[in-house]
Amino acid sequence: MSGYWAGLLTLLAINVVFAYGIYLAVAAGQLNLGGAGFQAVGAYAAAWLAFEMEMPLAVTIAASAVVTGVVGYLFAFPILRLKGVYLVLGTYAFAEVVAGVILNSDSLGGAMGMPVPTFIDWQVPVIAAAATALLCFYLMSTRFGLVVRAVHDDDLVADLMGVNVPRIRVIAFGIGAALAGLSGGLYAHAYSFVEIQNFNAALSIYVLLYVLLGGAQTPWGPFAGAAFFTLLPELLRAGLPALTEMLSALLGKTGVISTPDESWRFVILGVVTVLMMVFRPEGLITRAAIERLTHPRRRAKDTAVEVTE
Amino acid sequence: MLLLQQIVNGLMLGSVYVTVAVAFTLTIGILNFLNFTIPTLFMLAGMVGWGLAYFGLPFGLSGPLPWPLALAIGIAAAILCSLVVERFTFRYLQTKYGDSTEHAIPLVSSLGFLLILENLVRIAYGGDAQRFPGPSGDLTAEFGGLFFRVPQLVSFFIVLALIVGLAWIMRATRIGRGLRAIAENPDAAAILGVETGRVVPMVFLLTGLLCGLAGALFAVNYGEVSPQMGEDIGSKAIAGMVVGGLGSLWGAVAGGIVVGLVEILTVHFFGADAVQVAVWGALLLTLLARPQGLFGHNAIGKGKL
Repeated sequence: MSGYWAGLLTLLAINVVFAYGIYLAVAAGQLNLGGAGFQAVGAYAAAWLAFEMEMPLAVTIAASAVVTGVVGYLFAFPILRLKGVYLVLGTYAFAEVVAGVILNSDSLGGAMGMPVPTFIDWQVPVIAAAATALLCFYLMSTRFGLVVRAVHDDDLVADLMGVNVPRIRVIAFGIGAALAGLSGGLYAHAYSFVEIQNFNAALSIYVLLYVLLGGAQTPWGPFAGAAFFTLLPELLRAGLPALTEMLSALLGKTGVISTPDESWRFVILGVVTVLMMVFRPEGLITRAAIERLTHPRRRAKDTAVEVTE
Repeated sequence: MLLLQQIVNGLMLGSVYVTVAVAFTLTIGILNFLNFTIPTLFMLAGMVGWGLAYFGLPFGLSGPLPWPLALAIGIAAAILCSLVVERFTFRYLQTKYGDSTEHAIPLVSSLGFLLILENLVRIAYGGDAQRFPGPSGDLTAEFGGLFFRVPQLVSFFIVLALIVGLAWIMRATRIGRGLRAIAENPDAAAILGVETGRVVPMVFLLTGLLCGLAGALFAVNYGEVSPQMGEDIGSKAIAGMVVGGLGSLWGAVAGGIVVGLVEILTVHFFGADAVQVAVWGALLLTLLARPQGLFGHNAIGKGKL
């Protein structure tokens, strides 16, 4: 496998794991806008253990998930008392505080970053991504998944039906944090270097968009979202120059054609986001769509139930 | 004396945060909508102002414009963009499917607009910080041993006047009454004759005006604009709004000033690297200990997202 494809596959796998981490929180009705903070905790846990303690790979990767899971679990207790806008702001603030603390601690390299000795190629991230996806599909098919969905749809009714709503939220948030941390650990080893500037607010926004645009109703959504938006820049990198060339040929321009700005792909991500929110706010892949694909005959009967209000 | 001077500087910095925080608090208080385009509108006014003062109108329509005119056009651009955002975000808040994630629609949409506007500016003007050609000459005034920069003093009073005016609009005019009714209950307001479709754009117009003005004043006072300038100010303004209390106008004013002071004093005592932890730590502590903030009402912002 060539270096380009291996790199792309690694990035894809890391983003898929990360997206599933945020998905579990979103699936329980909590918009987590602090993804970068959890990924940073995982990445720095793995980097510190590998660099300072010289631990083997298996330990550091596992530790990145466990440490972040514990941090997320402890953070979830106070923060999940908050609702709505407050919760979004709280998770956002968490990411900023994590970035600030790491920036100020010399033992973690501060603004200089930290090298990670053990390098992993694409195999480990891909295995981790597959395992994560399986775990999420399994979780969402159990009673836990059903309860998570109930909490997401209406926490008051779920509470009346005897669901321990805060407990479900904390568990979903905690497992999600562990997965985000795992993606951080993979990131640290795959890129051999961690730098806190990379775990910024923009990253939290992107990963939340992956989940919401992919669709948070089913575990297919985060995978679709992460895959689409990881591969989109690569497609654009190939497609945009060709497109400008064609346009300028149509307009009759000749000579040197400047390559389009890298920023265009973020503009496109933004436009896709706005259009999706207008036309298909539930995300790309919905329960109804999967139902239609797998049981085409039942469709007519169920449509009445799908579109309530 | 040095400390007192720092407090004055903190107040001046805080007045920029106050303006942006008031914009945030308006949209959250009235529409329960955390509008992430606000920092971008702030940046847009500054960058468009810079672009016009440096290059002139696009397509070679004119040479470089004088900076006050350029900034005025920048503010107009911010207001215009804010109204475009309204068309694509708040208009779709209405429930269609009975799925609770859809309450996040305006928020997610505004994240999309954040990406679009910021990167379009980056494509048009490049990603680097630029020097803004503000008023020249020595503009420092001294009162009792404390130094004030005149443009900062002027903008401080502009901000003050704007907020007093806004408070008056909210309290005494028909539009303000309509907005307060929508904040209480949009459906009931519509039944009782508030024209939601006409009144809601007012919020976005005011948001654009506040952010545009803040961006313009920032460009003049600190002499530097960049496509990233909104991020820092925006996050500080969010912190100020939360400390003051979501949805409270005077809370945002107090919170913005508190954040400005915390920032300047942290730099004074602990150095610049500690600012992020101090400001966001204050926010997190407020959220955990007193989520309604200093002056907020605890019913605001709890709706499902």
